[in-house]
Amino acid sequence: MKRLTPALMHLALLTYTVVALFPVFVILINSFKARKAIFREPLALPDADSFSLVGYQTVAMQGDFLLYFQNSMIVTVASLTFILLFGAMAAFALSEYRFRGNTLMGLYLALGIMIPIRIGTVAILEMMVKTGLVNTLWALILVYTAQGLPLAVFILSEFMKGVSDDLKNAGRIDGLSEYAIFFRLVLPLVRPALATVAVFNMIPIWNDLWFPLILAPAEEVKTLTLGSQVFIGQFVTDWNAVLSALSMAILPVMVLYVVFSRQLIRGITSGAVK
Amino acid sequence: MPKPHVLIFLAPAVLVYTAVMIYPLFDTLRLALFAADGQERVYVGLANFRRLFLDPLWSDQFWNALGNNFWFFLIHMLVQNPIGVALAALLSSPRLRFAAAYRTAIFVPTILSFVIVGFAWKLILSPIWGIAPSLLDAVGLKSLFAPWLGKEAYALTTLALISVWQFVGIPMMLIYAALLSITEEILEAGEVDGITGMAAFWKIKLPLILPSIGIISILTFVGNFNAFDLIYAAQGALAGPDFSTDILGTFLYRTFFGFQLQLGDPYMGSAIASAMFGIILVGVCIYLFGIQRRLRHYQF
Repeated sequence: MKRLTPALMHLALLTYTVVALFPVFVILINSFKARKAIFREPLALPDADSFSLVGYQTVAMQGDFLLYFQNSMIVTVASLTFILLFGAMAAFALSEYRFRGNTLMGLYLALGIMIPIRIGTVAILEMMVKTGLVNTLWALILVYTAQGLPLAVFILSEFMKGVSDDLKNAGRIDGLSEYAIFFRLVLPLVRPALATVAVFNMIPIWNDLWFPLILAPAEEVKTLTLGSQVFIGQFVTDWNAVLSALSMAILPVMVLYVVFSRQLIRGITSGAVK
Repeated sequence: MPKPHVLIFLAPAVLVYTAVMIYPLFDTLRLALFAADGQERVYVGLANFRRLFLDPLWSDQFWNALGNNFWFFLIHMLVQNPIGVALAALLSSPRLRFAAAYRTAIFVPTILSFVIVGFAWKLILSPIWGIAPSLLDAVGLKSLFAPWLGKEAYALTTLALISVWQFVGIPMMLIYAALLSITEEILEAGEVDGITGMAAFWKIKLPLILPSIGIISILTFVGNFNAFDLIYAAQGALAGPDFSTDILGTFLYRTFFGFQLQLGDPYMGSAIASAMFGIILVGVCIYLFGIQRRLRHYQF
């Protein structure tokens, strides 16, 4: 075979697209159907007969999804803020100044790119219990910040090396402090890299189950991922409720994805992770 | 001694990273050398590891989880990477319409949480609901259906394939990026020598994307050896049926946190975490010193 024809290529890609989207589609359409219709015709779209919101009503009454959503939002936004701010500051120090131990510090911070933070869970839990942070959102924010920093420093310092020295020196001659040079000159210039780092970190933080389960399982600090896991576990035989809860968990990530997908895909394909 | 502003720029990141990541990591390795004696913590040396590797009460579970983990990884390497390469090769062909739409759609599963993915597939494969059997029926293969997640022989492979379904977007994207970076000149030089179409893929593009495949392999390795969420969401902490889907992550969770009547044991948990650390370290070293160097060498 010399070359695949365009028609064959579209057929292959279309087939895989169906495989990728089919489960999401099935969950979403069935969440709007009455129990009988879910079982009778699982692949049919909801119509006037089978349409029902009973699952969503159960979810609204039994689970505190608004609170879970709020918790996830706080944890994700706060962690991203710290990752970007602290990461950019450290990246600036490493890429801008020559000092003893610069390379060593860079290597030390890069260690965490390959080693998953989960390995240290036992001691992290012990520390959070000792400091009274267990069952607070702070425990999660600290862990996700620490986990996100290594890659953030690595990507951002690569970008900061590309910021022109002339610009920074002009700022220095104009009497700007080193802090002003960082916040007013460099940070705005590396915005695309900041966005890439944010998008890379956002999804794993939002979706994590391990740390919420171990560090913050209490009702008032549950994240959406843990909240839906527990809810679905309890309502396992109530198919309407399970399907509705799944749909509600899918919704926020899908919105985020639609908003940020170009950024995410550009970030990956620009070779930011190497 | 660096200037004060340098220290101020470095301090927050270094402090958080050291306190929440590096210190607990080493503290966990240290805790693996202790055991509980009533309320006291006593130093026991390597006794925890001896129990973990040799005492049948523990070692059966450990070797089972480790073996399952290798199988889990193998399925990823054998299925995820070829599909990812194939999709990327299709997407990167010039003048393909709707490439961006396909890319966006195929990446969707990767952004979903394990909880959603685990339950969604559990429902779809469930014999009660019957989506999977009726789909197989439509293509005349109904006899092939089995409650895959409930059978010891198939459950782990099924979960590995679900995980592949979820993450195939990542190799696809990374290889897509690598394929785009191959310059026209190289391909044209090939064409002059009569290498076109599929031959160009095998003889020119594939060797050039090998470094990306190396990166994907090590990312997959690290990801698989601390995986937990999908198994927990789909099969629970007991990783049923009969521990057939137990991997190191679920084994660590059960040991450390306890389940049902068994109390949690942070010291044995630390020992398992240390073993996982060792395995990941060996994998990363093989990659860094064995594979990556050779690939770099091969490129020029």
